[in-house]
Amino acid sequence: MKSPVLSLDHISKRFGETVANDDISISLARGEVLALLGENGAGKTTLMNILFGHYTPDTGSVTVEGKDLPLGRPRHAIAAGVGMVHQHFTLAPNLSVLENVMCGTESLWRARSSRATGRARLAALSERFGLTADPDAMVSDLSVGERQRVEILKALYNEARILILDEPSGVLTRPEAEKLFETLRGMAREGLSIIFISHKLGEVMAAADRVVILRGGRVAAERLTSETSKEELAELMVGRRVERPIRESREMGAPVVVAEGIDVEEGGVKRLDGVGFTLHEGEVLGIIGVSGNGQTALARLLSGLARPTRGRLTLDGAEAGGLSPSELISRGVGRIPEDRNTEGAVGDFPLWQNAVLERLHEARFARAGFVKAAAAKAFCAEVIGRFDVRGGGPETQTRLLSGGNMQKLIFGRNLIAAPRVLIAAQPTRGLDEGAIAAVQADILDARSKGCAVVLITEDLDEALALSDRVRAIVQGRLSPPVATEGLDAQRLGLMMAGEWEGLDAV
Amino acid sequence: MQFERRAKPPLWLTLGAPLIAVAAALVLSGLLIALSGAPVFEAYGTIVTSAFGTRLAFTETLTRTTPLILTGLAAAVAFRARVWNIGAEGQFYLGAFAAVACAQWLDLPGVVMIPALMLMGALAGVILLVIPVLMRVKSGVDEVVTTLLLNFIVLLFVSLAVEGFLKDPMAFGWPKSVPLPAEARLDKLVPKTRLHAGLFVALACAVAVWVIDRFSTFGLRARAAGASAEAATFAGVPLTGTLIRVACLSGGLAGLAGAIEVMGVRGYLTTDLSPGFGYSGIVVAMLAGLNALGVVAAALFVAAVFVGTDGMSRALEVPSYIADVTVSLSLLAMLVAIFFSQWRIRR
Repeated sequence: MKSPVLSLDHISKRFGETVANDDISISLARGEVLALLGENGAGKTTLMNILFGHYTPDTGSVTVEGKDLPLGRPRHAIAAGVGMVHQHFTLAPNLSVLENVMCGTESLWRARSSRATGRARLAALSERFGLTADPDAMVSDLSVGERQRVEILKALYNEARILILDEPSGVLTRPEAEKLFETLRGMAREGLSIIFISHKLGEVMAAADRVVILRGGRVAAERLTSETSKEELAELMVGRRVERPIRESREMGAPVVVAEGIDVEEGGVKRLDGVGFTLHEGEVLGIIGVSGNGQTALARLLSGLARPTRGRLTLDGAEAGGLSPSELISRGVGRIPEDRNTEGAVGDFPLWQNAVLERLHEARFARAGFVKAAAAKAFCAEVIGRFDVRGGGPETQTRLLSGGNMQKLIFGRNLIAAPRVLIAAQPTRGLDEGAIAAVQADILDARSKGCAVVLITEDLDEALALSDRVRAIVQGRLSPPVATEGLDAQRLGLMMAGEWEGLDAV
Repeated sequence: MQFERRAKPPLWLTLGAPLIAVAAALVLSGLLIALSGAPVFEAYGTIVTSAFGTRLAFTETLTRTTPLILTGLAAAVAFRARVWNIGAEGQFYLGAFAAVACAQWLDLPGVVMIPALMLMGALAGVILLVIPVLMRVKSGVDEVVTTLLLNFIVLLFVSLAVEGFLKDPMAFGWPKSVPLPAEARLDKLVPKTRLHAGLFVALACAVAVWVIDRFSTFGLRARAAGASAEAATFAGVPLTGTLIRVACLSGGLAGLAGAIEVMGVRGYLTTDLSPGFGYSGIVVAMLAGLNALGVVAAALFVAAVFVGTDGMSRALEVPSYIADVTVSLSLLAMLVAIFFSQWRIRR
């Protein structure tokens, strides 16, 4: 191996009782793309935050290009040529792209910022690495993918030679992610060294040269991608074999939800345009598409948060357009929100209050305006038991749960009532392998009990694995439905691009 | 140095935080007392005896406690739902004004008159708070600004009333309103003191608010709406309706405080009816950790500091501003204590 540009030696870090990093050593060669693979809580993010100076390690040292890096100061990391792209972006939405990129690169005491020089440098970087961005666009107007490009440009503008990306694909659609990894490979060929954090096996195999697998705060293994397989990596990451559930074929039942010619306008913008579909008992209908094409509006419509401005929505033959969330729940609709952290639960509430908040209209949880706390806690305990929610009891604060366990709670509070319909928006986004398998099993289990499921997802593998039929959503319009049997990625790509000619509608 | 959120604040810290905060504030104000040249321990002794030492002192403290409980509750219920009602002072005055004004038109026996005037006072407070909250919900106008500025408008309006259409012609030109009729006055609890039956109304309100907050579906929904508007909306909590109801409760309590103060203590309206009860209510609510029963204890503490320091400053010739300083320091210390009960330091 070539001499390393970066090496982390014997890093350990404890938070109270938890050991986040336990004697971890990693090195990175020039021009190499290294993936740091591990489940949520394996210590990946802690390790990278130590490297970038957000945390000080208890023991261990970091060497960059042969020189010891003083730890605990992001400024030193930047000066040494380490750039970091965080999972949650650190851009100011009220500034332009150029302003964001230049922010912090000039002394505060200078009266004037030299925009022209900055603009030229930014243009050169964009050109060299193929990262297009309009320097004058406001960051608040950019899509998530574009914001990420700006983050990378910002690191490059600071003359980063080592780039660290924390879960870069977590917020991206698949085409965006593919483009990103292509760009990263190109940057590595230009001599940059890259570490990216991930828990997705596909992108690790596709983009990295080498993988370091972390488990429980330790280095569990190290592999060259050319000498390993997804299956081996999955096993190393989880520590046991994980199998995703498999959908068994099943006859569709009677229509449950029928939508005809529905428009939804929000804030003067038409989010859904003439949407029509039929959802049957015991069916999973997958809705795929590039993000920002109306998925959110569709989920909001079916969850009772948005009204149709035109068209008709029926549930079991009765009008259902514009029903409130409580009315929908009373009529047997289960709802999984797109963003579980902000919409799915109140973080400061104990679990039991989040379990029943949307059911306070039910007589079993409230009488004469007062909450029946005992019944609510019993309900919550049942959800916790039946849906394997780990990390606390009914009195635990919800923000202490991991993403996977919070999602299990949200699924549980819906599925325990055996709903007629389940609206699941991005149900596995950001979850680790074990939690994804659990959530997917919940969806298929509901289907086998006759529940009609709308699965809105950006994960094509998930859409193909779980759905009986898929439709693509493009600019607020739905494609004809296509049976998933025999569908391939190319056909899905065409559907998502709006090429609906010659689809075999079913 | 970094801060890290505690998984669960230990019970001793939750209960001890206000006590530590109060102790810290008293030590710090001790420095100021020493600076002004008075003996510190004697000063503390005088504060305690002036607030609790005699029957008169104790009833005076309780008289001060009464409006503070109500304005403290007004702030606590609003802040729990993240409705930033800074306008309790204005609602207090408008409540007092409504009671005095309505007493002029109504001619009822005391049993009906007193509840009717209290209702009118509460209603005035409700109206004064519902409008800013509606403006926030409908068009995003910051209620901190609107409720704060309304305080000054109301005070000027009261000034207009007591110098004009409600002016007492028998007051030799003093700016005070016509007095309340005798049947509109609250009974004295202890003869020859200012302590009145309003204290029981305030205590009953504290218990009622505690029950609503702790056990009712409305309390749960209001807290959800405050803690996370998105999660509450997704769960089907009607945001506008919930916040309006919170505003009614909060404004009503502050308006009631004004009506009770004018009916219990003075019997007529002036522009110095409140020595900042509305603003002190915010301190009371924060000291109580927004807990309705805690408000009673915090109101008693703040009232005792005011009454006790008044007595001390008379006895030892220390400026009575010490009272304001002590109360303000308690608030700051409490904010720090709340922070440290939820976060821990990590190097």
